[in-house]
Amino acid sequence: MNPLVTPEIGLVFWTTVSFAVLFFLLAKFAWKPIMGALDDRERFIEDALSKAEAAKEEMSRLTNENEALLKQARIERDTILQEAKKVKDQIIADAKDAAHKEGARQIELARIDIHNQKTIAMADVKNQVAALSIEIAEKVLRKQFEDQGKQDALVAELLKEVKL
Amino acid sequence: MKSKIFTLLRICAVFLTLTAFSIPAFSQDEHAEHAEGAAKKFEPSEIILEHIADSHSLHIIGHAQLPLPVIIYTHKGLEMFSSAKFAYEAGEHEAEAAGIYKGNYNYKLISDKVKIVNEAGEVDEAASSKLYDFSITRNVVSMWMSIVVLLIVFLSVSSAYKKRQGKAPKGLQSFMEPIILFVRDDIARPNIGYKYQRFMPLLLTVFFFIWINNMIGLVPFFPGGSNLTGNIAVTLVLSVITLLVVNLNGNKHYWQHVFVPGDVPVWIWPLWWVIELVGIISKPFALMIRLFANITAGHIIVLSLISLIFVFKSFAIAPVSVAFVVFMDVLELLVAALQAFIFTLLTALFIGTAVEEHHH
Repeated sequence: MNPLVTPEIGLVFWTTVSFAVLFFLLAKFAWKPIMGALDDRERFIEDALSKAEAAKEEMSRLTNENEALLKQARIERDTILQEAKKVKDQIIADAKDAAHKEGARQIELARIDIHNQKTIAMADVKNQVAALSIEIAEKVLRKQFEDQGKQDALVAELLKEVKL
Repeated sequence: MKSKIFTLLRICAVFLTLTAFSIPAFSQDEHAEHAEGAAKKFEPSEIILEHIADSHSLHIIGHAQLPLPVIIYTHKGLEMFSSAKFAYEAGEHEAEAAGIYKGNYNYKLISDKVKIVNEAGEVDEAASSKLYDFSITRNVVSMWMSIVVLLIVFLSVSSAYKKRQGKAPKGLQSFMEPIILFVRDDIARPNIGYKYQRFMPLLLTVFFFIWINNMIGLVPFFPGGSNLTGNIAVTLVLSVITLLVVNLNGNKHYWQHVFVPGDVPVWIWPLWWVIELVGIISKPFALMIRLFANITAGHIIVLSLISLIFVFKSFAIAPVSVAFVVFMDVLELLVAALQAFIFTLLTALFIGTAVEEHHH
């Protein structure tokens, strides 16, 4: 047989032994740690990816929540503002009303006062005028009745008028 | 890691230095070739076959060869000596006894194979057939070198994974990781299924062993150039490993399919068993032949192209030859990876059919 295709027992033996040794050494000291490390790393990456996905979901959930909260807050703010405005308007209206009433009351009081003062003043003036009139009349009368004859004439006249 | 490589380089340097000293003592070819002279016709097929076959010495450069240990078992027991002994004898004895080493028997290298010869140097075929040669040949040395390289590379990669736990790969680690992942994700997982993890060490070892040895074979000078994965003995061992792994891991369904084919009429069963048995054997057999033929063919083509220069005895042909050789070498680089891939892929596929869960 052609030596090319005739396996030599020596090389068969040494190949078997050498390959067995190589396989044992590599399997124990190279492939096991390498495959282990690769698997670990792959698991780690997968884990990290799924965690990232979860984080993303959580994030979007939080964002949605935040948005809802923000919306709610905005609505609340609007209502509060509206209420405040209402209250303010009310207060202003009330204040105006009160001021108005107070003003009217004051004016009324002032009017009454003025009226009173006027009455008092008028009374005073009347008294003064009466006194003055009496004084003037007294003075006139006094002047007129300085002359005795005149007094007698007047009495006579008056007596004439009296009809008994 | 750097210091490791440096140490390796130093070891190589020492090794080469020692080799250089041993060269002058071992140059048996020189006298013979000078004597025969230039008149000797150039035989490309002889040269090529010599290059792709195994050898008892390491060819370094020119006529410089490094002797390797010869380990022989005969019924008289185990013998171990340097292959240089075949040469030493040449100087001391007469021409007919040249290259004979006298151990338990008279041994001589006939076309680089140890044979038992008589005193006259004639081969004793009957005795030679009972000789078992366990020598550390060129291919064995080449294989050990590849194993050393594989161990250095992958133990350092492995330690990188331990040191840089949880971090991104770096350097050699980042070069090897995609290849390892390729074996896992494109060879093991799709063919074996979820049980792939159990077979990863084997598939990775087979893949890198074949690949690196294919590539070492492409290096045209020492310490490369051996035709390890193009040697039928090596591919035989690899395919027998596949055969054993596939069939030892065969599950109930696998064996049921082989021995108790439900839909087939009972009277065909014996024929069915024969066919299935042939199938079981032929699958790894094809693996063996495929790897052997591809790598050997590549070597033969490259060597033939180089031989053209000597056949035509012209430097003019050299550029053409070299251009084709470069092209072939690039192609062979692809084939080196491709054959490693195919061998591993088919092994995974066969394992996959053996461990597959049937749902019908």
